[in-house]
Amino acid sequence: MLVNSVILVSVLVLGGLGLISAVILYFVASKFKVYEDPLIDEVEEAVPSANCGGCGFPGCRAFAETAVKQAKDEKTLDGLFCPVGGNEVMKKVASIVGLEIEEHAPMVAVVRCNGTPAHSPEKVSFEGAASCAFAHTLYSGEGGCQHACLGLGDCVVACDFDAIQIDNETGLPVVNDQCTACGACVIACPRDIIELRKKGPRDRRIFVSCVNKEKGAAAKRNCEVACIGCAKCEKVCKFDAITISSFLAYIDFEKCTLCRKCVEVCPTTAIWEVNFKPRKPKPDKKTEAGDIPPALSSNVESGEVEKALSSQAIEAMYNNPDSENTKNKFEK
Amino acid sequence: MGGLKTFVIGGIRPPENKLSANKFIEVLPLPNQVVVPLGQNLGAPSKVLVKRGEKLKTGQLIARADSFISANLHSPVSGTVFKLDNVLDASGYQRPAVIINVEGDEWEEGIDLSDSLIKDFDLTSDEIIQKVKEAGVVGMGGATFPTQVKLKVPHGKKAEFLIINGVECEPYLTADHRLMLEKGPEIMVGIQLLMKALKVEQAIIGIENNKADAIGHLTSLARNYPGVSVQPVHVKYPQGGEKQLIKALLNREVPSAKLPIEVGCVVQNVGTAFAVYEAVQKNKPLIERIVTVTGKGVKKPSNFKVRIGTPLKYLIYAAEGLPVNTGKIISGGPMMGKSLASEEVPVVKGSSGILLMPDEESHRKEESPCIRCSKCIQACPMGLEPFFLSRLARIGRVDKAEEEHVMDCIECGSCQYTCPANIPLLDYLRLGKNKVAAMIRTRNKK
Repeated sequence: MLVNSVILVSVLVLGGLGLISAVILYFVASKFKVYEDPLIDEVEEAVPSANCGGCGFPGCRAFAETAVKQAKDEKTLDGLFCPVGGNEVMKKVASIVGLEIEEHAPMVAVVRCNGTPAHSPEKVSFEGAASCAFAHTLYSGEGGCQHACLGLGDCVVACDFDAIQIDNETGLPVVNDQCTACGACVIACPRDIIELRKKGPRDRRIFVSCVNKEKGAAAKRNCEVACIGCAKCEKVCKFDAITISSFLAYIDFEKCTLCRKCVEVCPTTAIWEVNFKPRKPKPDKKTEAGDIPPALSSNVESGEVEKALSSQAIEAMYNNPDSENTKNKFEK
Repeated sequence: MGGLKTFVIGGIRPPENKLSANKFIEVLPLPNQVVVPLGQNLGAPSKVLVKRGEKLKTGQLIARADSFISANLHSPVSGTVFKLDNVLDASGYQRPAVIINVEGDEWEEGIDLSDSLIKDFDLTSDEIIQKVKEAGVVGMGGATFPTQVKLKVPHGKKAEFLIINGVECEPYLTADHRLMLEKGPEIMVGIQLLMKALKVEQAIIGIENNKADAIGHLTSLARNYPGVSVQPVHVKYPQGGEKQLIKALLNREVPSAKLPIEVGCVVQNVGTAFAVYEAVQKNKPLIERIVTVTGKGVKKPSNFKVRIGTPLKYLIYAAEGLPVNTGKIISGGPMMGKSLASEEVPVVKGSSGILLMPDEESHRKEESPCIRCSKCIQACPMGLEPFFLSRLARIGRVDKAEEEHVMDCIECGSCQYTCPANIPLLDYLRLGKNKVAAMIRTRNKK
C-alpha cells in the first residue's frame, strides 16, 4: 500500500506541475508569438545551403528572409541572386514567392595573371608566412611585378567549393568547373587579380590575363606576357568592347562577341581565349595550339601538348565539357 | 647615476655582434646619381615641387609636407633633376621618387657648414618646432615619425620628461653609438632645444651598458647641463621600444593603445636630437644620416655618413664589397629590419643600417606544430599571447584579435626569435594588425 501511495503521490504532483506549466507556457507562447512566414522555410529548402555568402547575405537563411520580404513588399526579386544555385534555383525561389525573374548569365571566376616563372623569372624568394595578404604588404612578388599573383593561395583557402587550386608548375591558381562564382576568391585576393566574368556560350571567353597598370616598358621588364597598353586590341575591336586605362586593356564581357581578333593582334599574348576550337592553320604560322591559351603556344612543341595541357591549360580543360575529346584530337 | 635599470615583462638577449662599434664615422664621397623617394616619413608622402631638368642646390626644398603627419624633403645634393619616376624602395614596391644627377656640391645659402659648436639659442618653443618642421626632421630611430608632430604636446596633456633613446638594442647596429661618441656636445645642445620646445625641465638619456664609452662621455658632458642625466640600462631587447624604455627609466607604464605623453613622456632618438641641433643651430635640413654597414662576412664593417638617396650599393662597395655568400640584404637590424629586393634601393631618412647576412643564417627553418610551450608569452615585452594572436590572424578571427589587443604589438619579433617550432608568429601578427587596422578604418568611416 505504502509503495502504491508513493507512486500515486509522485504521479499526481508531477502531473499537476506539468499541467500548470503547460497552461502558463500556452499563454506565454500565444502572448510572445513571433510570426514567421512559412515561405522562408520553403525558400531556404530550395537554396543550396552552402552558406557561402556569395549572394551578399550572411548565410542562406538570411537570403531566404530577404527574398520573401522583398517579394512581399516590392513585388520583385531584383538584386537577389544565388550564384551557387544559378538560374534553376532562382526560378524555384521565384515560383515559391509567386514571381517571375529574368535569367542571369552564368558567371565564372577568372584569374587574370600569367606571370609563371617562365614568363616572369624569380628575382627574390619569399620564406615567410604563406598568406597573400601578408606577402602583399611586404614586397611586390618573386617576379618583381607588383600587380602579379603571389601564388600563396588565399583564394584557395577562401573557396568553399574546391573550385580553385594552385598549379605547382606555374604557381598560379586555376579555376575548375566547380566554380559557382560566389566571389569569395575575388574578395580574398589582395591584388584584385580574380574577376567574375560571364561564363560565355559553351564556356568560351576572351579576357586580358594581366592587371599590370605600369607603363609598357616597366611592365615588360618584369614579365614578358604583361599587357603593355599598346592599344592594338582596342583599335581592332569593332564592338567597342575594349578600353585602355592606365596602360591596361580591359575587355567588357557584355560587349565582347568572341570574334577573337584582339587575340591575334596582341603582341605579348596577354589576351587569352579559352575553350575555342583550334583555328584553321595559316600557311605561314604554326597554329597547332588550338585550345591551349595563346600565351603558351610558342612554348609548345608537337610532342609536348599533353604536358602543357596538364599545366597552364588546365583551366581550359576543366571548363571544357569535351576536354577528353579535345585531348584526343591533339593526339590524333 | 643609480644602478642599472630595465623593463620587467618579456625581452630577449640575442647575440650583440656590434662589429663596427669602434669604427669612426666616415664621410662617403657623393654618388653620380641619387634617388630620393617621396614617402620617407610615416604618414602622408610629401608633395613634390620640382620638375624634370630643374637645377637644384643642396638643401633646397624639393617636396613639401601637405598634411599634418608628413615631413618636408630637401635635395641632398646639388645637380639637375633627371626624372620623376617610380623606383623600387625598401617597401618592396615601386614608389614615386625624384632622381637627381649630381653636379658638384653647391649648398643653399644660409646653411652653416662649419664644425664649430653653437651652444646658445634665443628661440621660443614655437620657433624651434617651426624650424624642425621646415628642416623635415623625422624620428631617426627607424620609425620616421615626423618630429614636429611629436613636439606638439596635445591640449590638456603635460610633458614632464624628455627621454633620449640611446639604447640601440638591435644587434649589429652601431650608428647611434658612434654618433654619441663623436657628436656628444651637439647632441647635448639638441637635447636643450628639444627640452625648450617641449617646455620640460628634465631629460634622461637611456643607454645600454654595453656602450660604456658612450655612457662615460655623455655623463661627463651632462654635468654642464642642468636637468640632463644619463641612465645606463641593462642589455635587453627590445629596450629601444619607447614603451619599454619609459618602463625601464621611470617605471611608468603607457596604457594600451595610448601614446607616451599619457604618462608625461616624450621619447626621441639621439639621432633626432642631433638632427634637431643641425636644423635649428646650423639651418641644415635633414639630408644626411649615419648608416652602419655590417655583417659577419663584411670585410670592413663601418659607419658611414651619407646623403639621403645614395643607392645602397655605394655603401656596400665602400665596405669592400658584397660578401660572396650573402643570403639577405637587410635594411635595419636583424630583429626588425626588412629584407631588400635589390641593392639599388636608396638610403632614406629611416635607414639606420645595412646588414649583409650570410646565406646559412638567413633562411627560416621548417615550421612544426605549436607545442604550447609558452616561450613566446614569456618573451613578449607587451604582455601579449603571440601564439594565440597569430592563430586568430591565421583563421581570420579579426574581431577577437582586436579584443586580445593585437594592436599593442610593437613587432619586435621576440616571439618568433624564441619559438622552438619556428612558427612565423610575427608574420601572422603583422597580418592580424593589418586586418584589424583595416577593420578600424572602415568602422571609423561609417
